[in-house]
Amino acid sequence: MRSSFSDQFTNFSFVFPALLIFSIFFIYPFFYTFILSFQSYDLISQPKFVGLANFREVIVGDKDWWPSVYNGAFITFWALTFQNILAFMLALGVDKVIRGNKFYRVVFFILPVLSEIIIGLLMKQLLSSEPVGRGVLNQWLHQLNLGGMACNWLGVERVRLVTALVHCWKGFGWAFVIFLAGLQTIPEQLYEAARIDGAGLWQCFRKITLPLLMPVIALILVLTILGTMQAFAMILALTGGAGGLTEVPVMRVYNHLRGNFAGLACAEGVVLGIILVAVSFTMFFISKKIKEKYGVLPS
Amino acid sequence: MVKSKIFNFTLSFCILHFAFCILSLGGCTSKKPQEKKITIWHWMSDRKDAFEVLAGKYKEQTGMDVEFKLFFPPDIYSQKVIAAARAGNLPEIFGILGEKKTVGSFVNAGHTLNLNTYMQENNSRWMKAFYPQTLEVVIFREGNSYGVSQGIYGVPIDTTVMQFVYNRSLFEKAGFPPDSPPVTFDEFLHYAKVIKEKSGVDGFVCGWGEGWLLNCLASEWAINLMGEDKFLNTIEGKVPYTDKQWIEVFSLFLKLKDAGILASNIATMTNKEAEDAFSKEKAAFSFNGSWAVNVYKQLAPQLDYAFFSLPQAGKYPLKVWGGAGSSFMVNAKSQKADGAVKFLKWLTLREQQKFLIKETNNLPAIKDCQEDFPPILKNLVNSLNVLTHPNVWPQNEDSRVIEVINRGLQKIVMGLKSPHEVASEIQEVKERISSR
Repeated sequence: MRSSFSDQFTNFSFVFPALLIFSIFFIYPFFYTFILSFQSYDLISQPKFVGLANFREVIVGDKDWWPSVYNGAFITFWALTFQNILAFMLALGVDKVIRGNKFYRVVFFILPVLSEIIIGLLMKQLLSSEPVGRGVLNQWLHQLNLGGMACNWLGVERVRLVTALVHCWKGFGWAFVIFLAGLQTIPEQLYEAARIDGAGLWQCFRKITLPLLMPVIALILVLTILGTMQAFAMILALTGGAGGLTEVPVMRVYNHLRGNFAGLACAEGVVLGIILVAVSFTMFFISKKIKEKYGVLPS
Repeated sequence: MVKSKIFNFTLSFCILHFAFCILSLGGCTSKKPQEKKITIWHWMSDRKDAFEVLAGKYKEQTGMDVEFKLFFPPDIYSQKVIAAARAGNLPEIFGILGEKKTVGSFVNAGHTLNLNTYMQENNSRWMKAFYPQTLEVVIFREGNSYGVSQGIYGVPIDTTVMQFVYNRSLFEKAGFPPDSPPVTFDEFLHYAKVIKEKSGVDGFVCGWGEGWLLNCLASEWAINLMGEDKFLNTIEGKVPYTDKQWIEVFSLFLKLKDAGILASNIATMTNKEAEDAFSKEKAAFSFNGSWAVNVYKQLAPQLDYAFFSLPQAGKYPLKVWGGAGSSFMVNAKSQKADGAVKFLKWLTLREQQKFLIKETNNLPAIKDCQEDFPPILKNLVNSLNVLTHPNVWPQNEDSRVIEVINRGLQKIVMGLKSPHEVASEIQEVKERISSR
């Protein structure tokens, strides 16, 4: 049955407020970023069209852009491995715990809820040496007779790894909650049937848990890559970039915007966006292929 | 089906377009009746109370309401002013944070009133009241590189001077006379090392995580080592950053690192953290602005410290980074521009400046207030004659080159790069940007 104009108008009027807000705050800025990336714009004067000059500057000119992408990738590597494995193990553990299940869920989810800036500043106080934070962690180590382990945690040798670990510590709660939700969708009967057939814990895990969690794992991997490559506030508060050692791509965008190089900053945003879209699609493609080829994970 | 989709799409587009038009028209409503109030936007949280007292006093004297609106932190303030300029919503008086290039963009976009006529009234009485170096920061001269018409586009309300500062108590403990700070770079290293050994505190602390402090110090040493002309020639691209004397400038930072006097993680430290550390007597020396007097007073009222000039590393006369600390601009598009200028004239009169000195411990923008300086500020007076600042140089270095300089210096003090490597990197970026 064909709907009348007034029906369509009524239907549309329900969607309109959301569509308007979405258009103003998402669609318009999204396209405006693309437009600005082809312009030289100091945020005050009239923008000037410069063609691909900003993209050339980002890709081949700026010597600090690719190192910042490397730093982002380094933190992402730790988030993909350490953070997600930790989250998965905790989710497995909590899934089996009947008592206190909700308590653990809340505890592990507190960190992602906290502001990144607050985490960064607190960790700076905790990890720094004298005089900034009076070395809280180092003082604890001394009190525990582990003074030999005390060191300059945010010094040149460790700052990149420590930043990655703080990021993982702050972020594992997200992955934990999604893993837990995924685990709880697996029917218990499957495990019971497998146990009756003589399957051990490892076989249950490999043949039931992992294959059924594949869509969740793929989702978490993509979300981790997207989230970590765009990490910024915590790193800014913790190290400020540490002379480029922990500078991540979004920090470069931020610095160029602060310097009123809006066109360049937008070009960096577009390049980063393209990288992330490409990586995300690759991840989805790989996980789809694995699923298609094996039905389960390869043994 | 296809028709229905086309219909839906067209309908959505029309309604959205209509909504945008309505919203845009909403922003162009007729102007409100003119209120008898001048609004001022600023970022100076330390002066909030003092400004409000002055606003009350102005109201008493003239009947004109003045509202100071504080936006903090400075980054947020900066974004707010730029957004307001784009939207045409600037208040009558505002400050611009940033390089002279940014001020130039505001002027060229017609947001900032040229105060030349007002300054030159009554035989330039207002203009002559300011320290010339302080006023210079808001002056655009004929043929400037920003394409701005000649004029005075702001009113400085205070003067800032960057100086070294030392802890007198730690000096005494180490056996150094507390009134004789080091004069040369080598003496400075020696003093810092000895104090570190004897008191167990850091020799030098500074917020080098904020690159501008590095840039400021490097510029002062560069002018001292190669002279101001050669320094400015480098900015103009006539002298490369790989020049021997620039390598010497960068090497000074390596010497600081190798002497072991720098606070750990100095390259990631904010100025606030450095101020906190110095006020808690955790370092013998620091490099900071004259605003630190107010900061140290709040953090540690009993701190016994004094300022001193840059430890000399070269033979050329010292120049001190400084000038207008904060300036106010008048909105050229405001209907109350005349009233705004009148208020700024009043604000820079001796009586109001004396009040600000007393309340905020900042150096004034106008001359003839020396007798009202707190003792700690008195030894900064001489430096007012040798001020230098990027805003008074004929040309500013591109901020992308400055970023590479700051990052390079951070890498030197972190032991990641040598002065030669840093110099090559800076020159490469300089050439790439200049070639456009």
